[in-house]
Amino acid sequence: MGEKLSNQYNPAALLNEIEDKFQMFQILNEKGEIVNEEYDPKLSDEELIELMSRMVYTRILDQRSISLNRQGRLGFYAPTAGQEASQLASHFALEKADWILPGYRDVPQIVWHGLPLWQAFLFSRGHFVGNQAPEGVNVLAPQIIIGAQYVQTAGVALGLQKRGAKNVAITYTGDGGSSQGDFYEGINFAGAFKSPAIFIVQNNQYAISTPRDLQTAAKTIAQKGISAGIPCIQVDGMDALAVYVATRDARERAVNGEGPTLIETVCYRYGPHTMSGDDPTRYRTSDIDNEWAAKDPIVRFRNYLEGKGLWSEEKETEVIERAKEEIKEAIKKADETPKQKVTDLISNMYEELPVNLQEQYSIFKEKESR
Amino acid sequence: MAQMTMIQAITDALRCELKNDENVLVFGEDVGVNGGVFRATEGLQQEFGESRVFDTPLAESGIGGLAVGLALTGYRPVPEIQFFGFVFEVMDSISGQLARMRYRSGGVYSAPVTIRSPFGGGVHTPEMHSDSLEGLMAQSPGLKVVIPSTPYDAKGLLISSIRDNDPVIFLEHLKLYRSIKEEVPEESYTIPIGKADVKREGSDLSIFAYGLMVHESLRAAEELEKEGYSVEVVDLRTVQPLDIETIIASVEKTNRAIVVQEAQKQAGIAANVVAEITERAILSLEAPVLRVTAPDTVYPFPQAENVWLPNYKDILETAKKVLTF
Repeated sequence: MGEKLSNQYNPAALLNEIEDKFQMFQILNEKGEIVNEEYDPKLSDEELIELMSRMVYTRILDQRSISLNRQGRLGFYAPTAGQEASQLASHFALEKADWILPGYRDVPQIVWHGLPLWQAFLFSRGHFVGNQAPEGVNVLAPQIIIGAQYVQTAGVALGLQKRGAKNVAITYTGDGGSSQGDFYEGINFAGAFKSPAIFIVQNNQYAISTPRDLQTAAKTIAQKGISAGIPCIQVDGMDALAVYVATRDARERAVNGEGPTLIETVCYRYGPHTMSGDDPTRYRTSDIDNEWAAKDPIVRFRNYLEGKGLWSEEKETEVIERAKEEIKEAIKKADETPKQKVTDLISNMYEELPVNLQEQYSIFKEKESR
Repeated sequence: MAQMTMIQAITDALRCELKNDENVLVFGEDVGVNGGVFRATEGLQQEFGESRVFDTPLAESGIGGLAVGLALTGYRPVPEIQFFGFVFEVMDSISGQLARMRYRSGGVYSAPVTIRSPFGGGVHTPEMHSDSLEGLMAQSPGLKVVIPSTPYDAKGLLISSIRDNDPVIFLEHLKLYRSIKEEVPEESYTIPIGKADVKREGSDLSIFAYGLMVHESLRAAEELEKEGYSVEVVDLRTVQPLDIETIIASVEKTNRAIVVQEAQKQAGIAANVVAEITERAILSLEAPVLRVTAPDTVYPFPQAENVWLPNYKDILETAKKVLTF
């Protein structure tokens, strides 16, 4: 008999021991105070103002998008309020040539990465021009199949690695997405190849109506990274600084050849799942809403910036007015885009149309000329 | 020229394209050191290195996702799905993602991916290894579906598939891997996707088939010749898109046709061929167009394969019905 190991047969104790080590990482508390000085990223004043401006702008974009949707002027829309720190502070850690593989709620990140707003509106309306990423803007159209973007991210990251690029592929899903097979296959493939990927789970507590605790017995979603043998961390997703630092460090590891990271951002979506008929009062109480509103990412960051003398009501009004103006212009531009025709759609199926589509193209061309 | 089996012709095609284009990547389960479970990638990792020819973790959806992502970064992936019966695990990556890449991005991105996979019955595999699932693929707009029946065609069609800038599903019949040898040029050559091949000319009846059934059809044609019938055998080679021109030209010549597929009858390629003939050449027909297929069950357990799979006798029987109608 060999020497007895301390954990030789106590799998339940081992699990507890591991789960206890996953503590939510926070830098800025709910009042906007630095509580974790050691990890303060010491962003410059300009950077802090820029990040705050983006969050405020995006909150306005969300409000306007909801209202445009209600007026019938936008189509499919998944509200983002509450997730600004999770979305924009993670994006803030990226470089221009990095790739983003978004889920359907992750339109703000691809807009801030360079997709013009009028195109984002066309995506919402269901027009293919909305999905045409401009040259040099490495983003995909928001993924509809939950988790599919995770396996694709492993592929983009492997491609970047093979090209020797010092860039990463980042992807987003939700707490529900972490139950998908593709979630695990994605993190496992990237781990096995040590590819430069960043996998973010925005744990906003509900997959449509299904609460986080019904998704998994795991105490944290972050700990699922252990099963793939990759670094993983749970961060306060309402804390822009914590999200930024976790993503920045994940990016640094990735480009240094140390492989992917899984980041769980603990956050909340204030609005419905999408504007297509979801009613959150069926599955959430206002008490829960209020509890999360007290952790608001923008309020917290505003307090922090005001404390440093970097933010004011005037500044905020300026950003809000700019957002409203640009949204108005973008909608106008979206309105001016020619309607899509069936022949446009047929043309986008293949590089060279096969015989069946050639025939159908002529039929529709003739119909369209009537 | 060298005598090659289909599996050798496939390896040769992969080698040609790995040499021809540094963006070609070959990957999948056991394709590296092991050279693939059927040795389709034999020696390729040694020749081209682990960066170009590599093993993946065992997960088909992951392999599909890898292909999507590698294509986005400018590579030309040639993944192997170890057996096509496993395709259900990777259906989203194929039909939901690869097939839609060009369309979804409004032409900004494309997916020059060739998925190779063995399929087909008669070799006593366990369940989910032999099913003919080309009909599922043919129903996904955005894909092309290629099924060679000879070593020569396999090499030329695989090279064309890899060079194609849209996703191609390239299906290799298990029973054809080593059962036929023929002259195959050692240099690179292409055979156009979407072009059928008249494997035998005739004037009384057209038999349309693909994969292993081409050979059963040729055998039936020989038997029928002894009885005085001149039978044309057309190898579809690409089942999506169909080579409508060749199909209709043949029917207009012979005025009678049957369609043979190894798959079950319901909603398959043969039904598509019949529909095209009906829409375009009904006035040329002297008899109904009949199908020879397996019955509408799930692929059988191995001991029942020989009674389930269509063979030349079934083809003869149906051919005679049409010839004497």
